[in-house]
Amino acid sequence: MPSFTVILPKTTHDQRARPGENMTTVSLNLLRPGERGKITHIAGGQVNVRRRLLEMGLFKGALVEFIRVAPMGDPIEIRIGEARLSLRRSEAQAITVQKEAS
Amino acid sequence: MRANGGRQSRSRTIALVGNPNSGKTALFNALTGLRQKVANYPGVTVERKEGQLRFDDGSEAVLLDLPGTYSLSAHSPDEQIVTDILIGRTSQVDPPDLIVCVVDATNIERNLYLVSQVIDRHLPVVIALNMVDVAESSGIEIDEKILSEQLGVPVVRTVARKGIGIPRLKATIQATTKATGRARRWPLPEPVLKEYEELAALLQDRHRLNSYVAYHEAIDLLTSESPLPDHCDRYAPELIEHVIRDHQKLDFLGYDRQSIFVISRYEWIKGVLAPAVRHTTPGRRALGDKIDRILTHKIWGFAVFLGLMAIMFQSIFSWAAIPMEWISSGFDWLGHQVILLLPPGDLRDLLVNGAIAGVAAVVTFLPQIVFLFLFIGVLEDTGYMARAAFIMDKIMGKVGLHGKSFIPLLSSFACAIPGIMATRAITSPKDRLATMLVAPLISCSARLPVYTLLIAAFVPQTRILGLLSLAGLTLFALYFTGILFALSLALLFKKTFLKGTDSAFIMELPRYKIPSPQTILLQIWDRAWVFLKQAGTIILAMSIVLWFLATYPKLDHASPAEQLTHSYAGRAGHLIEPLIKPLGFDWKIGIGMVTSVMQRELFVSTMGTIYNIQDANDNAGTVSLAHQLRSASDPQTGQPSFTMLTAICLMVYYMLAMQCLSTFAIMRRETNSWRWPLFQLGYMTTLAYGVTFLVYRVGLMLQIGV
Repeated sequence: MPSFTVILPKTTHDQRARPGENMTTVSLNLLRPGERGKITHIAGGQVNVRRRLLEMGLFKGALVEFIRVAPMGDPIEIRIGEARLSLRRSEAQAITVQKEAS
Repeated sequence: MRANGGRQSRSRTIALVGNPNSGKTALFNALTGLRQKVANYPGVTVERKEGQLRFDDGSEAVLLDLPGTYSLSAHSPDEQIVTDILIGRTSQVDPPDLIVCVVDATNIERNLYLVSQVIDRHLPVVIALNMVDVAESSGIEIDEKILSEQLGVPVVRTVARKGIGIPRLKATIQATTKATGRARRWPLPEPVLKEYEELAALLQDRHRLNSYVAYHEAIDLLTSESPLPDHCDRYAPELIEHVIRDHQKLDFLGYDRQSIFVISRYEWIKGVLAPAVRHTTPGRRALGDKIDRILTHKIWGFAVFLGLMAIMFQSIFSWAAIPMEWISSGFDWLGHQVILLLPPGDLRDLLVNGAIAGVAAVVTFLPQIVFLFLFIGVLEDTGYMARAAFIMDKIMGKVGLHGKSFIPLLSSFACAIPGIMATRAITSPKDRLATMLVAPLISCSARLPVYTLLIAAFVPQTRILGLLSLAGLTLFALYFTGILFALSLALLFKKTFLKGTDSAFIMELPRYKIPSPQTILLQIWDRAWVFLKQAGTIILAMSIVLWFLATYPKLDHASPAEQLTHSYAGRAGHLIEPLIKPLGFDWKIGIGMVTSVMQRELFVSTMGTIYNIQDANDNAGTVSLAHQLRSASDPQTGQPSFTMLTAICLMVYYMLAMQCLSTFAIMRRETNSWRWPLFQLGYMTTLAYGVTFLVYRVGLMLQIGV
């Protein structure tokens, strides 16, 4: 049985956003493909919509990566953990992220 | 052996739960093989898939495949049924004796969210850690022994599509009889925990809930919004008041009630996974990303999408024609045998022209249904469907629908019934209703017999640019117009009485995978069986009734045409003739329209019966119906009964009219009301009548096809 080192998604190299280092808070909608950010706020809205976003892993502190935009400009594809999710821009707008220094 | 094996008075019920795309269906198929059946849950129409699970010692258990869900707090009807069964909110279905949680190893963190809720329910649980092969090749290593220790429940590694780990999973299921998971290990801040436990105690006390159920319902109550309109019929007013006070208290303390319960579960999951999982390349999908770059590309993405659609239509119309020919000759042979066997008379006539001809007219279309579901199955199982929804969402959004509405509408090309059933995946009730209402406007396979018959009879066999046949183009135009009407009406509905959105658009884009032939074949089998059952029951019965209506009352020494006019069917056709005359239809078409109110394809068998009777003296027997329609003429005037314009008008009418009792029935069940199916029947009939009238008038004016 191989022994495993503890490496959590939260502590992998790509997530070490150092405070104060070129960080801006923007809406998830405004990231560009390849950019990452840590969720700082999810604006309230309809309960079921918000609950679904939370349960899919989109909560405060989670790290998201902007993957791509659909061919016609909407929706967008994001990565959260190992999952790829499609979100409409209007929904992504409600999510504020702290942009990670690239 | 089998009788001795199952000694228990009642066999155990095992429920299969898991996230969508976790390989749950493949696991269900691997565990049950062909021993499965599909029914519906009482009261609702969520599909209930049940199978027999046979253990090595010969004993058996019932395996229930519950709909895929991300959590037990979900609100779509499909997800709701999982919660209702596990939590025991429904009295009609007993809680299962054991739950098999299918976990997608490639996305274990999010999958464990549901597992954590299931473990809280405190029933015996076994985890099938599925798709471990894909996980390993994407750099995710999971030690299932450590995971099992961390969760307190058995974990078995599986690759369901390859049958790996299935014997061990069965053995583990059999050996697991007790709830071993540690419920509610996730940490909550003190003030929240206090209210949570207080409320759970109150629910146990006042509402006599099982403690584990009480804890589940307490979360539901605490994370809902005041003043809890949906909960008022289930709980006493004092309890609701108590919950509202809790809301105020926690809100005042600055807690985000919804987030807190979700985040603490995820915190717990992180702790559970820490010693058990090693990621070497987090979030990478080397090959999948390359494929996605093409399939979601501005140009290539749509090119591939249109290409796939084109191949789909090609397969339905060209490739399916070969087996259709076999089936058709098979029935001809059967009819011929009956003619040889029986003396001439009513019985022989009933068998050959009523039963055999009627069923043959419909069963011939089985290959097309098989091809269509083969396509849909492959697109779904590879993961392409979600990409299609992704690139189509902007367009669907323009008519107020969801990218996910695309899949039900696409399925409606096969049949509106599975299409309407597939709308359950749409989380927004308004979007779902709009999709259901317009789904029958998409030209389904039942219209194909009508279209192909009329095209074969009246569209010239010319080719344009030597490539595209005029027949194919006509068919494409019909399908395209159907889509256009469906989308325009969806927009109209979403702009009027279904205004606004009420759910998240969020959708998972699963990993690509090699489709599993077993999963696809079983799905095709399910659909084909439903279709054949209809052909063997409703259509057989209707064919016989129709034959009777077209044969009796008998007229002595009459020509076939006079006999038909004299029959009950002829009289019914005459009766509605004034109504359909403005559309250019005569009483014979009227008979077809009346009988096909139940099922569109009956139009073809009705025409078959009607024209077979007219040509009863013709003993060739194999003269195609198309040819007969073309040569049919009015017995009085000698004018042709059908012109090209009549054919076009008929196709337009059938493109837009509901003409399907099964769709009506499924709408009644899915919406749980008479209002929506009646509305659907009403608007579609009005639309079909109006548009056909316009087409006929314009055609007459411009002298097209007359």
